Formats: sequence, structure tokens, C-alpha cells
Amino acid sequence: MGQARLKMEGDLVHALRSALDNLEKVDGELVLDFTTVRRIEPSALNAMEEIAARAGERHVRVALEAVDVSIYRVLKLTKLASRFT
Amino acid sequence: MAEKVSCLSQERAGYLEGVVSQARNAAAVFTQYTQQDVDRIVKPMVLAGLAQAQHLARLAIEETRIGVLEDKIIKNMVATEFVYNYVRDKPTVGVIAEFPERGITEIADPIGVIFSITPITNPTSTVLFKCIMAIKTRNAAIFGPHPKAWRCCREAVRIMYEAAIANGAPEGVFTCLEEPTIEDNVYLMHHKDVRLIDATGGRGAVKAAYSSGKPALGVGPGNTPVYLEKTADVAMAVVDIITSKTFDNGTICASEQTVVIDGEIYDRVLEEFAVLGAHICKDGEANLLARALVDPQTGYAQPMAVGQKATDIARAVGLKVKPDTKLLIAPIAGVGREYPLSVEKLFPVLAVYRAKSADEALRVCIDVNHAGGLGHTAVVFSRNEDVIRKFGEVIDAGRVIVNSPGSIGALGGVYNDMVPTFSFGCGTGGGNSTTDNVNVYHYLNIKRVARRTQAHMWYRVPNQIYFNRNAVENLRQFPSRSTLIVTTPVLEQMGHVDIVRRWMAPQTVARVLAIPDAEPELKVVMQGVEALKLHEADQIVALGGGSVIDAAKIMKLMYEAPEADLAELAAPFLDIRKRVVRFPDGKANRVRLIAAPTTSGTGSEVTPFAVLTDKSSGRKITLADYSLSPDVAIVDPQFVMSMPKGLTADTGIDCLTHALEAGVSIYASPYTDSNAMQAIRLVFRYLPAAFERPDDEEARSMMHNAACIAAMAFSNASVGVNHALAHAFGARFGVAHGRANALMLPHVIAFNASVPTKFMPSPNQRAYVAHKKYALTAELLGLGGETIEEKVANLIAAVEGLLDRLAFPSSIAGLGISRDEFERAMPDLTRNAFDDPSWRSNPRMPLVSELAELFWSAYEGRGRTKIARAS
Repeated sequence: MGQARLKMEGDLVHALRSALDNLEKVDGELVLDFTTVRRIEPSALNAMEEIAARAGERHVRVALEAVDVSIYRVLKLTKLASRFT
Repeated sequence: MAEKVSCLSQERAGYLEGVVSQARNAAAVFTQYTQQDVDRIVKPMVLAGLAQAQHLARLAIEETRIGVLEDKIIKNMVATEFVYNYVRDKPTVGVIAEFPERGITEIADPIGVIFSITPITNPTSTVLFKCIMAIKTRNAAIFGPHPKAWRCCREAVRIMYEAAIANGAPEGVFTCLEEPTIEDNVYLMHHKDVRLIDATGGRGAVKAAYSSGKPALGVGPGNTPVYLEKTADVAMAVVDIITSKTFDNGTICASEQTVVIDGEIYDRVLEEFAVLGAHICKDGEANLLARALVDPQTGYAQPMAVGQKATDIARAVGLKVKPDTKLLIAPIAGVGREYPLSVEKLFPVLAVYRAKSADEALRVCIDVNHAGGLGHTAVVFSRNEDVIRKFGEVIDAGRVIVNSPGSIGALGGVYNDMVPTFSFGCGTGGGNSTTDNVNVYHYLNIKRVARRTQAHMWYRVPNQIYFNRNAVENLRQFPSRSTLIVTTPVLEQMGHVDIVRRWMAPQTVARVLAIPDAEPELKVVMQGVEALKLHEADQIVALGGGSVIDAAKIMKLMYEAPEADLAELAAPFLDIRKRVVRFPDGKANRVRLIAAPTTSGTGSEVTPFAVLTDKSSGRKITLADYSLSPDVAIVDPQFVMSMPKGLTADTGIDCLTHALEAGVSIYASPYTDSNAMQAIRLVFRYLPAAFERPDDEEARSMMHNAACIAAMAFSNASVGVNHALAHAFGARFGVAHGRANALMLPHVIAFNASVPTKFMPSPNQRAYVAHKKYALTAELLGLGGETIEEKVANLIAAVEGLLDRLAFPSSIAGLGISRDEFERAMPDLTRNAFDDPSWRSNPRMPLVSELAELFWSAYEGRGRTKIARAS
């Protein structure tokens, strides 16, 4: 069981797509670091939806780290918060 | 998923789920936007709507075959330009208002996904309006247009959406349903992710919205009555009505339906209508219109006529009219199903009624209002403000439009300063939750951040207090033509009245009213008032104990304000600043009250309290108001030198109780604390001497001062549970007030110093401090102790020692009251103690069971008190 960390930098959708690709290689937990993310768009929510679904299929835990409170609120409103640890 | 089982196909349900999911995400993302972000999006949307106003109007006409192109263009422009003018500077994101003086901040929060139903009559303008509102408030909107107007609405949504997205709005913020159905509406109205339904449409849609169980803004049909009153400017009224009723061929639900005209001007009004292009129907013609245009089964107007031209309607029903006819006017003789044209007609047919009187006119307008138009809109033309006001009062309408066109007037912002809207709240009369012109504030959750406030406190005492021996000489300073000296026969016999007379200002005519030395009765008070009137007194000198001074206070009140209702003034209150009953301001007479106490305990000479008994009703009346406080206090120890020992002890402990209770009161302040602490110090130092050596002038003098100082403390901080217990116990067993206080005092200190079962809500105290203040008192008295608990214990021991020294009985049992008798009395004692207002300022809220424990503790007696879990 291992842990992989990815920093969400630059274009968020692109970073999330990379995370989705990385999911295939992770065995255990994937940590997504949101330290520099200040705003989230609908397209990023769609990508996160995909990550959550794929992680579920692969029994991989995906943790979100350093999520800004306004983004956390968006994740709560879209029911995505509970799908990540 | 929708919460209600739906009969939609799986494919359609999947489509709707996608629409909602997209809107939900957009709404969630939108919560991150700032006011600047939002305003940057709104303006280009408005400009896009304005640029496409004619295009959208043409589409609407082509699709719906309803209305007038030019008017629909104007509607689209009002829906963009006028609405923008209203919202442009309105804060709708984050902090929208601050009230520093109240400690309140209002924060606007979006609602989320709004399902928005739009009507066939105003399709594109309503969409434009609602898109602007949604973006301005950071909401996502799903549009469910009327099935016969969905294409033009889809285009309106597209124009708004593209402008919004181009300027940064979240994707999916608007969706217009393709080929919408009623089933779609039902599905979405019950969808868990739809937060608000904004239904502008027909009866069915509005009813469904309100029946969904979701928060809804439902705005449906009206039936606008117009009162054309005889003082009106007839020429203006006729033009306004034609303008309004023909605007977009009468499709706005606020447009005029029945005009009730005063008989005096009826013919002139109809002539004016005819001159300006209206066709006035003869009896047979009106019947023809009624039969053709109103469904006899439902009583509603036929949909096929909605938004059609007057000439087309005339042709369709076989009525011959001039080719330039704008409006068909049908006289009616009443309102209701027998008079079909009295219903809402969203086309240029107007009913008129000749009223024989103003009363009849108002009655008919009310009838029209109640025939399908409750809560919506009404119009009055009049120059008489009384008529306008009366009309506004009796008509149930969210909008009463005065001397202007109903439809355009109701839209707001054109003929008046109402909020521009395309959605009319119809209040409860129309089954709606608001009477407002629906606007951005209905698309927001407004949160109030309420900071803890500290209520203003006060410190009020008479502005002149003279003390020390011969303070009575200061009476000379107060000129008076006629003074009433209120006292007791005993004090008169003792020569105290002569001393007072001696020091009255020259030329003062002084009369004496000797009253019984007991809690004053209403009868006695009224005798005093009669005496004041008889002698036209301008001054009262109250010379006596608390009872005499209380009586004088109430005499003053009733003399100055004869209309005062004592029973009402005695109404209970929780906070003197918010009390229901106010003491009278207007004074018929003015009289100065000078109080010279002859006991050292109640402190009535400086307090705003007075108690009297109404023997006829058996009621005790307790009054509290700063207007009762004497104007001058004379605290002269020569009047207390002959107090008996028992009275010295009782009143002295009453004084100590006042100070101890004020010290820990939830209304205690640094001002009252200084009084309370000093009074406690004086009592411990001088009461034993005053008791044991009655001739000790210094002790007498200091105790007299202590009583007054303690009273200044409790006049402003009030007392506590000790007084509640003592009042109940004293009344039941006929025990003097000071003595009853003494029996309770050590037990109450222990009770207040313990961790409360229930705290008193008190914004003035940031923490529970009663035990600390008792400890501080112990320190002041030099009682020793290391911990707070030890200090409080030492204070209790000191109080008990004082009570022993003053020869107070150590327990209620010691008064000869049997355990059985006390047990039987307990329900009444606890009930009366709990009803007593004194404990409302106690630091610890007593439970009824705790009051019983305190009574039993006092029954068992001193030396057993212990602090339960000192806080």
C-alpha cells in the first residue's frame, strides 16, 4: 500500500486529468494538494466526479488536502466532498 | 432524482437530470463569485437583451400569435434597461448591509437552482428579467416556458446565456427546457436539487408550484378593478386606461378589467372613451361579447381571445365596429357568474359599471377584486386623498396604482417608483408568499450576523441627597406655597413633624396628613391625593419609614396624573426599558417630593419603587418607575435615634440584603458595585453598635447612610432570589420583611456561589461571577481565606455571626412553625416565590425545586449551609 501526492497547479482541469491518469498507478491513497487552488469551475467538478468514480472502482482512496473553504463549500453543495477523504 | 414518482419516460427523466446536475454545479461554482464578478457579467447581458429586444419580440409574436410587436419590444426593453437601472448598484453578494449601531451585518447568499416558469403572455421579457435577476444573485436558473412559447424563450435564454458565459459566468448557469411539458414541470418542482420555484403563469402552474412543498414564488392571474371617482382628471384617466388596456393587447395581468365610474361622470367618461377610439357596446352587443368570450362552464375568459386586437375580437364575435377601434367597452350591471364580463380578460375588452354612490363604487370594486383578483392589482383615479386612502385600505391588492395605467404602472419604474418587475406577488389573497413586485431580494437568502450587544445601563438616583445630622435644615432651600407633610401619628407625637416645620422655607404653608404606619392602602393614598388637590400643594414632605414614603410617591403620581391606572402600571415586566406599560408623561400638576426616612433599611427615599394594598380587591400593587423616585432625600440620623432594637436589626439586615443582592445582580455595574460594597462594609461595622448601643450617634448615622447607599445600588441593579423567598415567606407567615430576609440570607449566598443548574441569560456578564464577587466582599471585610470557596464560606460565616449577634432566630423552625405546616405551605411558597419579579436579576436562575430546597434549608437553619461545587 503506497501513497502518491499530486499538487494541483496551473490549469485545474488539466491537473485533475493528470490525477485521473495517475489513479491507475496508485495502490492505496492518492493525495491531491489544493494549496494553490482559489476557484473551481464546472469543468473541474466534472473531472473530480470522474476521479471519485474511478477511485471507487479501483478501491483507491483519494484525499483532498489544503482545500480553500470557499471551494470546500462548492464540493459540499455538489455532494462531492463526501466522496473524498 | 425527483422526490415524487413521475410518469416521464426514462429518456426525458435522464435529460432533466442532466439539466439539473449542470445547474447545480453552476450554482455551486457561482458561490465563489464576488460582487465585481457578478456586475461584470450583468451589464453585457442587459446590453445583449436590449440589442435583441425587437428580434425577440418578433419571435414571440410569430410563435404565440399574441400581443403587439411594438409593445413587446417595449416590454423587452423594460425587462432589461429598467430592471438593470434598479439592480445595477444594489449589493447582492456577501455583505449587503451593516448596522453597526445594532451589531447586525446582513450577508446575501444565493439560493441555488431556481426552476422558473414563464408565461405565454410575456414570454421573452419575463425570461430576460429572470436571467438578470439570477445572475445578479449568483443563482442558476432552469426555464420551463409555456409550451406554446418555448422557442422564443429558448432564444432569449440563449442570448442571455452567451453574454453571461462570455463574461465569466459558470457553464450551465441557464438552461431552457426543449419542448417542455407539464410533466417536466412536475418533475422539476419536486426535484431535491431545485431550491426555489418561481412560477409566473396561469392558475395551474402557480397552484402546482405552491403544492410542491418547495419554497415558491407563484404569481398568477388578477382581476383589476378600477375606481374612476368623480374628482378624477377624466381626460387623463381615459387615456391611461386605454394605454394600459391596449398595451400588448391587454396581456399584462395587471391591466384594467372593470372600471367602476361614479354616476356623476359616467356619461362624460364613456363619451371620452368613444372619442379616443373605444367602441361602447349596446346591451345586445355586450351580451354577444359575454357569450362568445367567456366559457360558461369555467367562468373564465376564452384563451383564444388572449392578446388579440379589439377589431379581430369584434369580427370573430360578429360585432360591427369602426376599423380603428382600440377597445371594446361593455357596460355591466353587476359582478359574478351572472355577469360574465366581470372576470379577468387579457384582451382589449373592458367592463364598465355606473355607480350610484362612492360606497357602491367601493363595494363593486371589492366584488371585482374578490372575483379572481385577490392580492394582485387595483387602480384608482381620484384627486381626493381620502378616497385614495380608503380605496387602498379596502382593496386586497399588492399594488394599488393611483392616477396611472394599471399594467404599466404595476410593472414599476415607469409611472411610479415601485420596483420594476415582471412578476407580481399577490400576497396571501392570491395564495402567494409576498405582495412585493418580485425582485432580486426574493432570489437571495439574507443571513443576519448578530453580534452580542451590551444594553445601555444607567445609574439614576435623586439629584439631591442631604445626609448627616441636621440635614433636615436643607429644607429651607425649597420654596413652597403649600406643602403636605405625610407622616404617621406616632412620628407627629414624637415631635419629628415640628422639626420639619421648623426648617421649611419661609412663607410655606404646611399641612399634615397622618396616615397609619403600615403598607399603604389605596384608600389612604386617595385621601392624600384629595388633600393635595384641596390645598393645591406644590410640595410633599414624606416623613416616615418605607410605607409612608411609598404612600407619598403614589399620592404624587395620582395627583400629577389623575388618569393613571395603578393596576395597569403594576403590570409585570422583564426589562424596564421594554416594559409594556409606560408611566404617564403629561402632568396635570407638578409637585416636589422630599423624602426624609425615619428607619434605616428600605431606602425608599432614593428608590423608584412603591408598594400599596388595595383592600377592596385584596391586591398588592407594586410599582416601579424612575418617575416615582423622590426629588430630594433628607437622610438625617436624628429621625432614627429612637428606633427600637428589633426594628434596627430588621431594617439593618434588609439593607445588607439589598447590598449583597445588588452586588451579584446581573444588572450590577461598577457604579452600583461601589455603592453595594460600601454599604456592606458600613453594615458590618456599624449595625452591631447601632443595635447594641441605640444612642451611638455615629453608628446610627452610618447605618442611615448605609441604607440609602444600598438603596442606590439596588435601585439600579435590583435585588435577587433572597427577596423573592422573603416576600413569599413573609406574606404567608406574617413575618417582617427584614426578618424574613435574614432567615434566607446565608442559604442564598451559598446557592448563588455554587455552579448554577440554570444560568440567567445576561448580556451584561461575560462569565458567572457571583462567587467571585462574594469572595471580593469577604476580602473587603478582611475575612481571610485563600481560595474563592474559603472566602465565600467566610462571608457566610460572617453573615451568620452578625445575625446571631442581632438575635435573629436561626431557623424558620425556630419561629414555631411546625414541619407539617411548612410542608403544606410549600407549594404556595414556591409558586409565589417563582412569580416574584425580584429573582429576575438574580445571577442564578432558580428552579422551582431549588426554591423549595432553599426554603427547607432556611427551615433547618443556619450553620448548615454549604456551597455545592463552588464555581
